[in-house]
Amino acid sequence: MLEKLLDFKDKKATRDGFGDGLYELAKSNSKVVGLCADLAGSLKMNKFIDAFPERFFQCGVAEANMMGTAAGLATGGFIPYTGTFANFSTGRVYDQIRQSIAYSNKNVKICASHAGITLGEDGATHQILEDMGMMKMLPGMAVVNPCDYNQTKAATIAIAEHDGPVYLRFGRPGWPIFMPEDIPFELGKGILLSEGRDVTLIATGHMVWESVKAAKELESRGISCELINIHTIKPLDEQIILDSASKTGKIVTAEEHQINGGLGESVAGLCARKLPVPMEMVAVNDRFGESGKPPELLKKYGLDSSNVVEAVKAVIER
Amino acid sequence: MDKIDQLQKTATQIRRDIVRMVYNASSGHPGGSLGCADFLTALYFSRMKHNPAFQMDGKGEDVFVLSNGHISPLFYSVLARSGYFELDELKTFREIDSRLQGHPATHEGLPGVRVATGSLGQGLSVAVGIALSKRLAGDDRYVYALTGDGELQEGQIWEALMFSAHHKIDNLIVTVDWNGQQIDGPNDEVISLGDLRAKWEAFGWETLEMNGNDMAEVLSGLDDAKKRAGNGKPVCILMKTEMGFGVDFMTGTHKWHGIAPNKEQLDIALGQLEETLGDF
Repeated sequence: MLEKLLDFKDKKATRDGFGDGLYELAKSNSKVVGLCADLAGSLKMNKFIDAFPERFFQCGVAEANMMGTAAGLATGGFIPYTGTFANFSTGRVYDQIRQSIAYSNKNVKICASHAGITLGEDGATHQILEDMGMMKMLPGMAVVNPCDYNQTKAATIAIAEHDGPVYLRFGRPGWPIFMPEDIPFELGKGILLSEGRDVTLIATGHMVWESVKAAKELESRGISCELINIHTIKPLDEQIILDSASKTGKIVTAEEHQINGGLGESVAGLCARKLPVPMEMVAVNDRFGESGKPPELLKKYGLDSSNVVEAVKAVIER
Repeated sequence: MDKIDQLQKTATQIRRDIVRMVYNASSGHPGGSLGCADFLTALYFSRMKHNPAFQMDGKGEDVFVLSNGHISPLFYSVLARSGYFELDELKTFREIDSRLQGHPATHEGLPGVRVATGSLGQGLSVAVGIALSKRLAGDDRYVYALTGDGELQEGQIWEALMFSAHHKIDNLIVTVDWNGQQIDGPNDEVISLGDLRAKWEAFGWETLEMNGNDMAEVLSGLDDAKKRAGNGKPVCILMKTEMGFGVDFMTGTHKWHGIAPNKEQLDIALGQLEETLGDF
């Protein structure tokens, strides 16, 4: 399976998956409407806007009002998809999301591009690494972080079927399209990418690709990783994690997020309660990012495949 | 008895409910609740088409959003007396296990509430979204929203104003409770609102003023607002009220924004408010 994943044909940004998914979804679901805070091009929403101009609402650089307006559209029975950068989709509008969307249980899909450090050159003002933590703390909020174009497209379409608020996080850079198109997206259901016996490697978002490369590298050194893609941070697929950890007895998590509040923390919380095992976490460790090219940033902030390899070796030695 | 008399009597009973609820809970916000009692009575008992067999999407109905959620005692009394839930439930205001939360919420499933409000500046945007949903669905009814005046200090309000004018949301009628008071004192001492009418007009809104403590004027103001709707612009009613109206010692001061009366004060207040429809 690792070879098949590594043999990718093309690169596209996950945000392209969102744009294409929204367009496909809107063709079959007339309740879907789109809102954007002056970033329609960056969010790749133009195909949707051209095809369904009456179902698109340009909000301007005013994210707070966009979130409230989306809550109102959901009250009226529509399924609003809001689009802006992840920073402006979360921290900037946290109280609006908390009161008007989460506490009020509105069926709003908060779609957030340019998440994480791979946003690159714009620097730390825009590179939010705390978004999943903020969103997963809100009662009733689902948190989704797909790993490539195919998965983001499938997730964009699938979350319309979930009646409740969803935070969908994706990114800016071109990224290998390595997930087979025929893997269905099921909210809250992890995907076993490769069976293994020594270590359970759990990854989300862009870090799934880094973990595929790491697992291949480790295989050549005789270390067998069970690779799990957790695209839904909340609700967490506890079963797939516990089943694997009870077999391997060791876990490494990998994500493009702060170590506080991310996937690793959720997995650690689960294991502390149900199956304590040694764990290592590949994540950003309480730092802000900086300008640079995505591969440079992944390396500098400890988020590339070599860091995953080192974490696996470390957990085995414990 | 003509209609205005009836509405005034209803508003007086609602004022009794407000002070009794706040007294029972030993907390809550009587000032703004009393000031807006005539307005909300006129809306729910005369001018709005609405159905107490509550449907969240409000299809085919006029919809009201209370953006200044802290005047929940008024909202709850109006909803109960309109038949959304039993009058008796007003006794549970702010109690544990109640659907009548300190600020309005959908979370406990209270009929009549469509979104949680309390953190200020947010309800207006939600009203804007509901108005858009009506336009999309071909529903020709109106969306009403009420905001406080201190609430206008929130930046999100002005985002919503720009958005509504740009998108020509003309099925939206927003009323500002312009009592000039907020928690820390008069608006002009806290943060001056300046020329409010000029501001709303500059933001592209059809704007009118009315006295919110005169039932006849409230009714004609609401009719005027409706006449001005549907012409490509959202409509704003700047409603002059007195905080605490109806209870002399609570009137015209910010001091009764968010405190409860003691027993003696309650009795004085009730002595000024005739029981017209039966207490809860």
